[in-house]
Amino acid sequence: MIETLQMPSILSESFETDTKLETKNVNAFFGKTQALRNVSLRIQKNHVVAIIGPSGCGKSTFLRCLNRMHEVAGGSMNGTILLDGEDIHENDPVNLRRRVGMVFQKPNPFPTMSIFDNVAAGIRLNGMARKNHIAETVERSLQQAALWNEVKDSLSKSGMSISGGQQQRLCIARALAVNPEVLLMDEPASALDPISTAKIEELIYELKKDYTIVIVTHNMQQAARVSDETAFFYLGEIIEFDNTKKIFTAPSIKQTEDYVTGRFG
Amino acid sequence: MERHFQQELEGVKTTLIKMASVVEENINDAVKAILERNEVLARKVIESDVRINTLEIEIDNAIIDMLALQQPVAGDLRFIIAAQKINNDLERIGDHAVNLAESALTLLKSKKIVSLLEIPQMVSATKLMLRYALDSFILLDPKMARIVLETDDQIDELNRSMTTQVIDLLNSDKKLIEPGLALIRISQNLERVADMTTNIAEEVIFHTQALIVKHHTEEK
Repeated sequence: MIETLQMPSILSESFETDTKLETKNVNAFFGKTQALRNVSLRIQKNHVVAIIGPSGCGKSTFLRCLNRMHEVAGGSMNGTILLDGEDIHENDPVNLRRRVGMVFQKPNPFPTMSIFDNVAAGIRLNGMARKNHIAETVERSLQQAALWNEVKDSLSKSGMSISGGQQQRLCIARALAVNPEVLLMDEPASALDPISTAKIEELIYELKKDYTIVIVTHNMQQAARVSDETAFFYLGEIIEFDNTKKIFTAPSIKQTEDYVTGRFG
Repeated sequence: MERHFQQELEGVKTTLIKMASVVEENINDAVKAILERNEVLARKVIESDVRINTLEIEIDNAIIDMLALQQPVAGDLRFIIAAQKINNDLERIGDHAVNLAESALTLLKSKKIVSLLEIPQMVSATKLMLRYALDSFILLDPKMARIVLETDDQIDELNRSMTTQVIDLLNSDKKLIEPGLALIRISQNLERVADMTTNIAEEVIFHTQALIVKHHTEEK
């Protein structure tokens, strides 16, 4: 037997049974412009999947298709997206977005709300509020987002009063408060300093024990550090999707090799 | 536009090729010193080892810089890992060339001229292996590297045969202990050179095909 760097196929049988999200031949459009072409991939439960690719390759569009935010942005799509085997288009989009939370590039706490209320907002909006549980959930979410120790004595202060890195973790706590199953992260650390970035990356590592995470990033080293699988997108198509170690040590496709080694893009 | 990093990678390869040519020349000179009883060549090998050591450090420093500053991945990463190991292997082969040259001097000092037994055959095979391994690195040719792997067993067999023959030689004439031991050392050094050469070939396969083939893993 040849000992190789190649990992077991990510399309193996066990993978199929643990699938959390699956896309089949997804095409996405902005008007007549096609942003995604026949994107099919399977995302395993409690795994972190990184989406990499040059600007305009469809990374963020793909992410927004997963919780139907693409439609909100005025786009359209066809193909199938399954969450736990169920077509996301056959379910209420609001309920879908509770199950599939999202964190954006720039921290966007609600500016008029306190730290506490920022986290509680999602619970209240989703009608999940039971008074005695709100404080408990806010604390749990802030702890999960590794922010509790830094803000526990200033919960009534404005969400805008803390640093950018803390604001981003506050947004993560807000997303976690509604108890999602999948967390979508669109460049969650690109506006942050290196220390805050490292905290977010550590957080992703911790969060995957409870959540399935899909992260779009321009930072390839970040993709390499945080993800289990990596998908390389180019011109709206998925070029290669494989174990992250494989993508960054011995990619199968030359375009991927050229991109990750900085020869193009 | 060619990447600046690409130039650095090419620079390491060029320095490794330069080092390889000095190492190959030293091995050729050392074995020639043994086969032709040539003291001048033996001393030249011993003196020129410092060139190999200097190049080793130069390559080490370039690799440390690239790892720290460029965070290489994929084929670039495999090249750098392979280059670091080949750098180490070449330096060790250089050391074995010195050992061979010193054994050549020991044989020259001996009053009795002994038969070199299987040494000429080991020399031919080892030189050929080294040539193929270095060419496979220069040309990035894994097929050529595999020929090297297949040849290593022959050298191991010749080394074992040499040990038996030298023991017989010493049993026949106790006065041959010094040249006999020199023959054993030569045989062992050639066997080690063949091993290092095999390592280089394995690194070429790792770099070009992302396959780890060391320790006969393919046969298991």
